[in-house]
Amino acid sequence: MTDNRVWDNRAWFFVLPVMVFVLFSSLLPMMTVVNYSVQDTMGQNNFFWNGAGWFANLLDSSTEAGQRFQGALLRNLIFSFVILAIEVPLGIAVSLCIPKRGWQVGAVLVVIALPLLIPYNVVGVIWQLFTRTDVGLLGASLNALHIPFDTRQDATSAWFTIVIMDVWHWSSMVALLCYAGLKAIPDAYYQAARIDGASRWAVFANIEFPKLRKVLVIGMLLRFMGSFMIYTEPFVVTGGGPGESTSFLSIDLVKTALGQVDLGNGAAMSLVYNLITLTVCWIFFTYTTHADQRKDA
Amino acid sequence: MQSSAANRVGMALYILFLMVPIYWLINLSFKTNPDILASLSFWPQHPTLENYQKIFIDPDWHASFLNSISYVLINTVISVAVALPAAYAFSRYRFVGDKPLFFWLLSNLMAPPAVYAMPFFNLYSAVGLFDSIWAVALAHCLFNVPLAVWILEGFISGVPREIDETAMIDGYSFPRFFIKIFLPLIANGIGVAAFFCFMFSWVEQLLATTLTTVDAKPIAGMMSRAYSAAGLDWGLLSAAGVLTMIPGAIVIWFVRNHIAKGFALGRV
Repeated sequence: MTDNRVWDNRAWFFVLPVMVFVLFSSLLPMMTVVNYSVQDTMGQNNFFWNGAGWFANLLDSSTEAGQRFQGALLRNLIFSFVILAIEVPLGIAVSLCIPKRGWQVGAVLVVIALPLLIPYNVVGVIWQLFTRTDVGLLGASLNALHIPFDTRQDATSAWFTIVIMDVWHWSSMVALLCYAGLKAIPDAYYQAARIDGASRWAVFANIEFPKLRKVLVIGMLLRFMGSFMIYTEPFVVTGGGPGESTSFLSIDLVKTALGQVDLGNGAAMSLVYNLITLTVCWIFFTYTTHADQRKDA
Repeated sequence: MQSSAANRVGMALYILFLMVPIYWLINLSFKTNPDILASLSFWPQHPTLENYQKIFIDPDWHASFLNSISYVLINTVISVAVALPAAYAFSRYRFVGDKPLFFWLLSNLMAPPAVYAMPFFNLYSAVGLFDSIWAVALAHCLFNVPLAVWILEGFISGVPREIDETAMIDGYSFPRFFIKIFLPLIANGIGVAAFFCFMFSWVEQLLATTLTTVDAKPIAGMMSRAYSAAGLDWGLLSAAGVLTMIPGAIVIWFVRNHIAKGFALGRV
């Protein structure tokens, strides 16, 4: 939001349709969750007040629900950080390799964007078929080389598969964001660098990287959130297993709320989960608005 | 900058990494199940169209493809139409509560669908929309409306406000100005927003499968049929997977010249 805007409260009329939609699809459902999170039921739709009981459960690692939730949270945080650590550098590197002109530009962009438009369950199917030990190219080849690999039995294999699947699925998004940032650099900057005899690294550190900072913040936020709410892809490939080793927050939540219809624990989990995403989003929002103000000043 | 040999090699390796799993899927889709289980081979020994035939003659598969495309298109139209005036307001005016409201919208973009699966199930059952394409189309508004607002706000802020003022001085009414002058100016932005709405609605499957059972079953729901008690139907699963990649590929082809700008969401 730039700040040469005019003060006018009639702008609310423009925002009204969005408000209606978001109230219906966000606030209203959230109220049901809040409702469940403070009640318990004995079945037959008889609910009674349970106060903060479900939340106390979640935070107490000696209860079953607490243990599960904290385990899933920890696994998910590790997963998100691994994903960021791989996809951000890889995305930058790929963006620097995209051809600069000619017909190849369009072709390369279309090809690398392809994984982004594959339905999540199909991404899961692709990697399931690719890594299985009986019909999968990767799984069978690794086993033929006597490297123990079985996504359904061995937790390390499962993690390896899910991480590489996500890298396959989403690195292109970081790359395309960075490419957009690179495109915005005027040619004159590069010419000046060439005249100064700057090294490739100096060009990257002093010209390209500063320009990428803004798109990288967006990219990191999108990738953090995407990996933090990942559900369908790992569910198709591992179903959260073996054991609980790849059951991330969303998988655990769906299992609790829709599978076991444990509404109280499910709702409390939902709220804590949502609160974490809200916090990260808030940090991002304040960071970008401050950055905008500094730029405008 | 000239693209060097190292860049070409790097790009070739990355594309190889992306294409091998997809190639494997396509390869399997042209094999029969006995062939798939008998041995691994890089191309079908007895190429067959049997798997595709099964899908093309089954009305259930047609219906599921049609369902998926329908809710995606409805959602895209609703999201962009609703987001346009809001994005204009956020870009041009300050008003009571603008920043908290913008943050609240953005936070919905980041909300985990798993959190909403259960309450949406209750909500859409209560209003009688459960198991209809409208339920999915509306549910996807949760993240697509904020996304469209965010993208369009970036593009609208790139249009100088002097244009608005000149049009007003020339005696245009606001609706006429907005439709005749302003919309053509941000046509690229609208295209990019529509592309992203299409993409995120097309790929999302958790809400789509939770909110439907029979009548509005999406492709993901149909594909789970390949996991039957009799074992996995690998060939069918692969063929269905290949077919679901086609709409995405077509859409990317149309927007290929705008991808670069689009992915920056109008804010480089």
